[in-house]
Amino acid sequence: MTDPILNVRNLTVDIPIGAGTLHAVRGIDFELNRGETLCIVGESGSGKSLTSLAIMGLLGKRLQVRADVLEFEGRDLRSMPPREMRALRGDRMAMIFQEPMTSLNPAYTIGDQLCEALRLHRKVSKAEAMTRAADLLGKVGITAAESRLRQFPHQLSGGLRQRVMIAMALMCEPDLIIADEPTTALDVTIQAQILRLLADLKREMNMALILVTHDLGVVARIADKVAVMYAGEIVESGSAKAIFDAPAHPYTRGLLNCIPVPGKTKPGEPLGSIPGIVPSLIGTVSGCAFRSRCELAVEACATTVPERSASGEHMYRCFHEPLKSEVA
Amino acid sequence: MSGMKNREPVLELTNITKTYQVKQGMFSKPKPLQAIGGVSLRLHKKDVLGLVGESGCGKSTLAKILLGLEQPTSGEVLVDGKEIGPADRQLLARRIQPIFQDPYSSLNPRKSIEEIVSLPLVVHKIGDSASRSRAVAKMLDLVGLPERVRRGYPGQLSGGQRQRVAIARALVINPEIVICDEPTSALDVSIQSQILNLLADLREELGLTYLFISHNLAVIEHLATRVAVMYLGRIVEETSAADLFAGPKHPYTRALLDSVLTPDPSLAVPDIHLGATFPNPISPPPGCHFHPRCPLATDLCATKVPPHVQAGSSHVDCHFYEKSADGLSIQPI
Repeated sequence: MTDPILNVRNLTVDIPIGAGTLHAVRGIDFELNRGETLCIVGESGSGKSLTSLAIMGLLGKRLQVRADVLEFEGRDLRSMPPREMRALRGDRMAMIFQEPMTSLNPAYTIGDQLCEALRLHRKVSKAEAMTRAADLLGKVGITAAESRLRQFPHQLSGGLRQRVMIAMALMCEPDLIIADEPTTALDVTIQAQILRLLADLKREMNMALILVTHDLGVVARIADKVAVMYAGEIVESGSAKAIFDAPAHPYTRGLLNCIPVPGKTKPGEPLGSIPGIVPSLIGTVSGCAFRSRCELAVEACATTVPERSASGEHMYRCFHEPLKSEVA
Repeated sequence: MSGMKNREPVLELTNITKTYQVKQGMFSKPKPLQAIGGVSLRLHKKDVLGLVGESGCGKSTLAKILLGLEQPTSGEVLVDGKEIGPADRQLLARRIQPIFQDPYSSLNPRKSIEEIVSLPLVVHKIGDSASRSRAVAKMLDLVGLPERVRRGYPGQLSGGQRQRVAIARALVINPEIVICDEPTSALDVSIQSQILNLLADLREELGLTYLFISHNLAVIEHLATRVAVMYLGRIVEETSAADLFAGPKHPYTRALLDSVLTPDPSLAVPDIHLGATFPNPISPPPGCHFHPRCPLATDLCATKVPPHVQAGSSHVDCHFYEKSADGLSIQPI
């Protein structure tokens, strides 16, 4: 086993607000190897996007990011000077955002923006950069790449723009790509194509991929590893097969019961639901954050819940046995 | 269920078209963009018609026409068999109400929940303040909101609660038909299921008819009784939800169903051979609009508009189908 490309131990993100501190990310651990896809799944406010932004070093100074270990390719990201961080970002690690319209500059051509991504990090001529940009546009499935380079973002459809974003992330052949809801704004037919493209490119270039999403269908189809986040914590993690076939945490099971699945849920019958709302993360948060919505909650849930192993690398944070609660 | 065919439709659209004049440059002449090209639909009481299609296919334009926010270029909207003209907008609003996608922008942040929910009653001059107040209380109870929120403001509510307020506002004047335009897309998974369950319960309880616009086919399968698939302003296939999901006919419908990602980790991401480009609606492709992306397309598809093949209450617009004794069957060409 080689060293992981990304190693995160006890990552916390605190947001100081008027009344106190909002503990948005509360001590999460994971590691990621080359060629692996990690899906971080959770609902709004679970801290999944903040986690990815913290790794990329894109959070403002007002937010306090702490970690015991935050290493990328063996380099400590915590103490890295901003200058070095900027050199790393976009070169070795790249990010793809949800909304391809707002993350492209409307005043520059596609070609200019793709070249900039490369020429910031490499000493290459504009012409060489343009050739590479055209190559990559072809690779992400855009036809007539040469003419697309001279176009502006508004002349492309949403699916094409997201392909441009992927091409831009690939310009420097990064080792890690973080994609935050890359297909949420797209149509279903385009979503399947973009996800397939990401999976193929990851395999071909032997990259590591972190995909942040709330869509369990996407997670099941693309993930090697899954981390389920709730209220700033990873409540369950493991292989995609383990998580979907034998979900151990009541929250994961609840989420899986909430979505209609063609061929499995009966049309017209009520869907499962999770009562209540996400607790406030302001001030001291103790015990299992899900206990206020959990039907299995007991007194012990108000104390610190240890991480337990369901099988092998399949970990979860709950006092209850996964099998026993499945019957309930 | 046997008597379903004979019932009169509560809502009927006959051959609706909508053409916009679009300017592409400062000095260019406006060009016609046909957003809707001849749509006919019938909704019966308690039907849930799922309307699916990609962005830009005309789903929302159709919803706007039904709500009276746009006038069709040609064609008729009939409610209970009576034609609704441009002058009857208020009448239309009494019977057809919308629920929109984003409960963060569809509620006025400066109005209390009570004011928001009672506004339709005020606009339509129904009842006095005491009866309006009772109606609001009844509605909040119906959508599962506690009494205390009526003095609150949208900013104090979560996304799911706001969508419940939007539903209460839509139902307060007892409409027969509710247009749900992606009502759960902006919500979290656990909240989405609560709202879908609520919509299903309300339909049973109040006998509502829904036009349910969504890009989430799993949701459509769960809720809809009938499904219409739109492509570039036309309905290319319409049939019962059970038939559509058991045996999709139009190649576009099949591609849509293939792109549904069920949470099954043993499957990979499906390979959809549709190409990336949605055609330009200002110059739609000749013949079948779908032929440039269709895996089955022949020369005929590129030149001739496909026939409207109707069998019973199902139809499909495709050269490959013909009417046969047992419904629609594929025909080799």
